Amino acid sequence: MSDLAYLFHGFAVAITPFNLGLMLLGIVLGVIIGVLPGLGAANGIAILLPLTFTMPPTSAIIMLSCIYWGALFGGAIASILFNIPGEPWSVATTFEGFPLAQQGRAGEALTTSFTSSFVGALVAVVMITFLAPLIARFALKFGPPEYFSVYLLTFCSFVGMGKGSPAKILASMMLGFALSAVGIDIVTGGLRLTFGFTSLLKGFDFLIAVIGLFGIGEILLSMEEGLTFKGASARINPKVVLETWRKLPRYWLTFIRSTIIGCWMGITPGGATPASFMSYGAAKKFSKDGDKFGTGVVEGLVAPETAAHAAGTSALLPMITLGIPGSPTAAVLLGGLLIWGLQPGPLLFAEKPEFVWGLIASMYLGNVVGLIVVLSLVPAFAAILRIPFSIIAPVIVVICAIGAYTVNNSMHDIWFMLGFGVVGYLFKKLNYPLAPMVLALVLGNNAEDSFRQAMLMSGGSLAILWSNWLVGSISTLAMIMLFWPLIAQGLRKLVPSKPDKLSSEQPVD
Amino acid sequence: MNQQRKAFSSRALAVVAAGACAALAFSGTAAAWEPTKPVTIVVPAGTGGGADQMARFIQGVVSKHHLMKEPIIVVNESGGAGAQGFLDVKGSKGDPEKLIITLSNLFTTPLATGVPFSYKDFTPVAMLALDEFVLWVNADTPYKTAMEYVDAVKKEPGKFKMGGTGSKQEDQIVTAEIEQKTGAKFTYLPFKGGGAVAVQLVGGHVDSTVNNPIEAVAQWRAGKLRPLCVFDSQRMPYNAKVTSTMSWHDIPTCKEAGLPVEYLMLRGFFLPPGVSQDAVNFYIDLFKKVRETPDWKEFTEQAAFNQSFMTGAEFVKWLGNAETMHRELMEKAGFLATK
Repeated sequence: MSDLAYLFHGFAVAITPFNLGLMLLGIVLGVIIGVLPGLGAANGIAILLPLTFTMPPTSAIIMLSCIYWGALFGGAIASILFNIPGEPWSVATTFEGFPLAQQGRAGEALTTSFTSSFVGALVAVVMITFLAPLIARFALKFGPPEYFSVYLLTFCSFVGMGKGSPAKILASMMLGFALSAVGIDIVTGGLRLTFGFTSLLKGFDFLIAVIGLFGIGEILLSMEEGLTFKGASARINPKVVLETWRKLPRYWLTFIRSTIIGCWMGITPGGATPASFMSYGAAKKFSKDGDKFGTGVVEGLVAPETAAHAAGTSALLPMITLGIPGSPTAAVLLGGLLIWGLQPGPLLFAEKPEFVWGLIASMYLGNVVGLIVVLSLVPAFAAILRIPFSIIAPVIVVICAIGAYTVNNSMHDIWFMLGFGVVGYLFKKLNYPLAPMVLALVLGNNAEDSFRQAMLMSGGSLAILWSNWLVGSISTLAMIMLFWPLIAQGLRKLVPSKPDKLSSEQPVD
Repeated sequence: MNQQRKAFSSRALAVVAAGACAALAFSGTAAAWEPTKPVTIVVPAGTGGGADQMARFIQGVVSKHHLMKEPIIVVNESGGAGAQGFLDVKGSKGDPEKLIITLSNLFTTPLATGVPFSYKDFTPVAMLALDEFVLWVNADTPYKTAMEYVDAVKKEPGKFKMGGTGSKQEDQIVTAEIEQKTGAKFTYLPFKGGGAVAVQLVGGHVDSTVNNPIEAVAQWRAGKLRPLCVFDSQRMPYNAKVTSTMSWHDIPTCKEAGLPVEYLMLRGFFLPPGVSQDAVNFYIDLFKKVRETPDWKEFTEQAAFNQSFMTGAEFVKWLGNAETMHRELMEKAGFLATK
């Protein structure tokens, strides 16, 4: 009960005009950071961190965490309008969001994505409020085999997601794995696949690849197809928010499932990116419209956005309670805590309750403020697509180039980005799916590390993936997801046409 | 608020400038060098790590106390175990507005990967501090001293898992040194960051770590971890109680615990090659001022740094010894890049 008292005290702290102002500032900055590909919340926060040394720690964390919320919201904008995911967890948003925008439904897509984000984040905050100490201990159970089983589950729940030939999906995914292997090998400490080029030392950053594959590739395609955006005909409808909201409740099951996936991945800490992919894959598998995914299905937009935000929010929990960052952004915030003289870790809740509950209160308020800000701008964002292609395309290319440069402060990355643009164009022309390659590029490295760590632990035996109930159940779930098409077929044979029987038994009204 | 600060700093600057002019008129020497554009600090490691924290801390302290006219920009160039950042600075010959903060990868990365750079390619500025290494075990295990633990490891070679940051870097070198000195055999598990390593130890997925104090202190205070010894020639000087019963000073050195291993990690600054001594002196002076701020005292006490400060010939000599030591240790452990 005293915790709740602290929470209300936290609201009182967060709601002062100074802090509310910082909140608004943080959200706006965050949205801008999220829209610009490459800058990323982690970089944005790192840049602004020193400015906060003169503030009280609570105000500082409120502003910085609001940048985080803003970036989470903003990441969806460029993904939906231009097919450029500004953040890793926005990649899955492009799968349905961009086709929707092309059909002139950008406003609907933006509203859906912002609302889903809000729901995901809100549930995660409620969970943090009431279950924090309980859940924090769960994260400790995750060692290398557990991490690997989570990545395995992500890959498996994603298999069969692209359309077209399985061979092409496999080829695309393997290319992604190969690219993710370039650079330093963390297990041996040696260099791989750099061929003596110093520009390859740092490997291929996922963001460079995504900016090129999606952003530049899309612009190349549009140039070929007549220099216009397909979504340009979108009419600007100020009531789009309300109209979309009326439709959303029917996806309640997707919301619940995605929130669970998201919270779980945020705590473990697998992070927002696997959460968004896994949730999209699950939605596709369990949806009635699974076959239509990829052509602009609202449900397929709800899933990754809800999960990414639930994960992004709950990722702050291990940071506060254990001192381990659940995301790169959380890692920078963690550095901030130390510099402000706070020690993240199991004792923070007990020693600095006013700070922790101030932060939690700001999560509630920051999300509400964020939702209001971005929703009120939906018509404006959607109107961007009405700007003539000849004006907006060069702007996008420049923003992409700046983004690619910012990731590593390296000029080479701009050339790599253009190279990836050509690859993206060719992939689309040849009907190779991009998603498996991007997934492998994002998670390949982490999956490889945790797999090799697990193999070091077990001396090379795969049995470690079933060595306790936790890792065993995740691995088994992964196998079920992998073989789901076969299992579903088998089930249909075992229980022949049961749904038909039911519907024939029941009178149709 | 920013503008206000700027206005204030330019006023402060005018005062300083006036003072400098007066000093100049009296002494008659040439004007001291000063940066004329924003100063970049290259961090050859990721955001959130120890070097990154220190760079951003210095950035904040310099702007808070108006120690320099130009602002500081921190950039992370972590590719290839830091090689990206080192090669960038090595290539920026004569640029006095570009600093690099180092960790042990100044020595280990060229040795382990064969990427061509060494401390001799840079203009050394100053050692700000040395980071300590502590041998940690989970508080639920029965080991109370370093030798108890090492003896247990010796009995079952390869069964005990040592977690650490990166591969063929400082953590694995310390581990290899323990193995060479005692004959124990660990299974070394590399992770990406020190915080993650500490949590793996709390979760019981590894048996011990050689985390830096700052990486493990939160878990220690929470009673989850137990420090066995510090890899330094003398105990850490911080007497304030960190847990209810112990201070950093109460941790014995590994040597007095019977484990003759010492290792410290450099937190120092370098400039590109071909930079004037005037510029070096400016930064030495700047870092001295940083070290005098109360913020620095608080920061170093939290991180339990070894507060050695070195410049000039003394620093170069230290670097030479450190490189030789790394080469010998890594050669013995078989960590050198195959040519």
